[in-house]
Amino acid sequence: MTAIRARGQYDAPPPRRRPWLRRHKWLLLRRASQFGVIALFLAGPMYGVWIVKGSLISSKTMGVLPLSDPYVALQSLAAGHLLASTTLIGAAIVLGFYMLVGGRAYCAFVCPMNIVTDAARWLSKRLQLPKGWTPPAETRFWLLGATLLAAVFAALPAWELINPVTVLSRSLLFGFGYAWTVVFAIFVFDFLISRRGWCGRLCPMGAFYGVLGAGALLRVAAKERERCDDCMDCFAVCPEPQVIAPALRGTQKDASRRILSGVCTNCGRCIDVCEKEVFAFSWRLAAVRPTGPGVFNTREGAREAGYSHVETTEGRKP
Amino acid sequence: MDTPSARTPSPPPAPPPVRGQGARRRFLVKIARAAAGAGVFALALDLFSRDAHGLPAVALRPPGAGDEGAFLAACVRCGLCVRDCPYPTLGLARFGEEVPVGTPYFIARRAPCEMCEDIPCVKACPTAALDPELTHIDAARMGLAVLTDHETCLNFQGLRCDVCFRVCPLMDKAITLEMLHNPRTGKHAMFIPTVHSEACTGCGKCERACVLERAAIRVLPRHLVKGEIGDHYRLGWVEEKRHGGPLVPGLIDLPDRMPASPSPGGRP
Ligand code: SF4
Ligand code: SF4
Ligand code: SF4
Ligand code: SF4
Ligand code: SF4
Repeated sequence: MTAIRARGQYDAPPPRRRPWLRRHKWLLLRRASQFGVIALFLAGPMYGVWIVKGSLISSKTMGVLPLSDPYVALQSLAAGHLLASTTLIGAAIVLGFYMLVGGRAYCAFVCPMNIVTDAARWLSKRLQLPKGWTPPAETRFWLLGATLLAAVFAALPAWELINPVTVLSRSLLFGFGYAWTVVFAIFVFDFLISRRGWCGRLCPMGAFYGVLGAGALLRVAAKERERCDDCMDCFAVCPEPQVIAPALRGTQKDASRRILSGVCTNCGRCIDVCEKEVFAFSWRLAAVRPTGPGVFNTREGAREAGYSHVETTEGRKP
Repeated sequence: MDTPSARTPSPPPAPPPVRGQGARRRFLVKIARAAAGAGVFALALDLFSRDAHGLPAVALRPPGAGDEGAFLAACVRCGLCVRDCPYPTLGLARFGEEVPVGTPYFIARRAPCEMCEDIPCVKACPTAALDPELTHIDAARMGLAVLTDHETCLNFQGLRCDVCFRVCPLMDKAITLEMLHNPRTGKHAMFIPTVHSEACTGCGKCERACVLERAAIRVLPRHLVKGEIGDHYRLGWVEEKRHGGPLVPGLIDLPDRMPASPSPGGRP
């Protein structure tokens, strides 16, 4: 293989694997956030510590800060109910927040269903089951439109009768009933029928936050993409692998290093798994430049990164 | 398979497709298919949710909830009202219950509304599904109490139970005891619990308190129990009172045929 080296590059190869904690940092933070949110809601009814009241759909924090899910509020609006100002303010705060940190950060850091689908995915990979059926990529956006249309037809937030996300979050806080059947159905669907099918292809809530994410400021960027050695670890771990290539391979229109797609969940798994530390969180508007020397796969890559002198190992004995 | 042979003349070659046409066609078909799919999904969801409009008669909505359709459109099913109710009254319908999932309700016989003066449930509701204009709990109309079973109500047997009457937060307004002759003993009275719809809030305290194994007085959704007189209907005595005198001046008032009055000619 031909490697192209830039001058001033480190000579000793990096240790083969980074420490475990380093490789799971964002995963751990994500789980902490997901369980932490549930714990915060449960602290009231279980221990009388009323920091947050209500549910993920609408809540009140410390008795003053209203938060509402904008997607559910939108359904109620579509159903013909003019919401009260509390909901509108609450939904606006949430909307603003996710426009900042990436819409589907909700999926990665808050949504309790994500724990279920991640478990299904882990298990199906573990058992080496086939990936199964994959619905067309834009299905979730059609479903999103359909749920809003159904709200208009039925004059009530119809999707909320079965929305597994809100059913699960409510059940955790107010008692289960048969809700486990819905949750179990999604688990089985992701486990046996369509790996990553629910979150990646169907969930209208994920689609809604994906739309929000289209302009979100916080983005993951393939900052050091010249270092990428094509191990494909990030593609394997990413719940939406199609978003990586444009940024990593520079095929995006503006050759941007930032992952611009709104469906990226900002989960940070790609940052975790990449041994070459290619990825990092960045801002949409920030100029992303590589920070250090590295191994480049192409002469162009090295030039683009700002190195004027490139030497290659071509023709050398390894 | 499709090798052209001498016996089967090969079909004339198809005209070369205009560039982009096939792609556009495929794109349009794809869009149409997806739109149709989404439409069917929306319709199915709509039909399903129509099913879910039903509410068992024993399930009552919290104070301030308007008619069921408007309430269902407005309620985002967050449970804030449940959390702020200081009593175990309100609950959120769980998946698989007969009440539309996630909506708040209470069952009077289990835990009635305690009629909080500050109505915390209404204050908690972020969407105005519980009407914020409801500031006086006596104006709430969660349902309407009805003495449904005359055959078991103790007062109807000529006994003095009166429990429902006495627990009513609007005693003597929402429920009164109306004295009737007791034909069984011939010389006693029956005090019939009588609900007045213009005052009853539907809190359910009477149903909760009824001493029977199964309550003889029940609180039901208003639309199930309240009758309605046709618009054209006029009650003579009401009109006369409003008018302040006979409506047709000079009309001869014939004797009223009361059951006890002797019939002319001695015939029944
Ligand atoms: S796609 Fe839907 S279910 Fe999956 S994490 Fe996002 S909101 Fe939750
Ligand atoms: S690109 Fe990275 S941050 Fe975005 S979804 Fe994939 S793994 Fe998560
Ligand atoms: S008025 Fe009080 S008891 Fe009745 S439902 Fe509301 S909070 Fe509960
Ligand atoms: S607080 Fe309002 S929106 Fe929330 S569950 Fe109660 S009635 Fe519904
Ligand atoms: S409490 Fe029950 S039995 Fe007693 S008077 Fe009222 S309805 Fe009748």
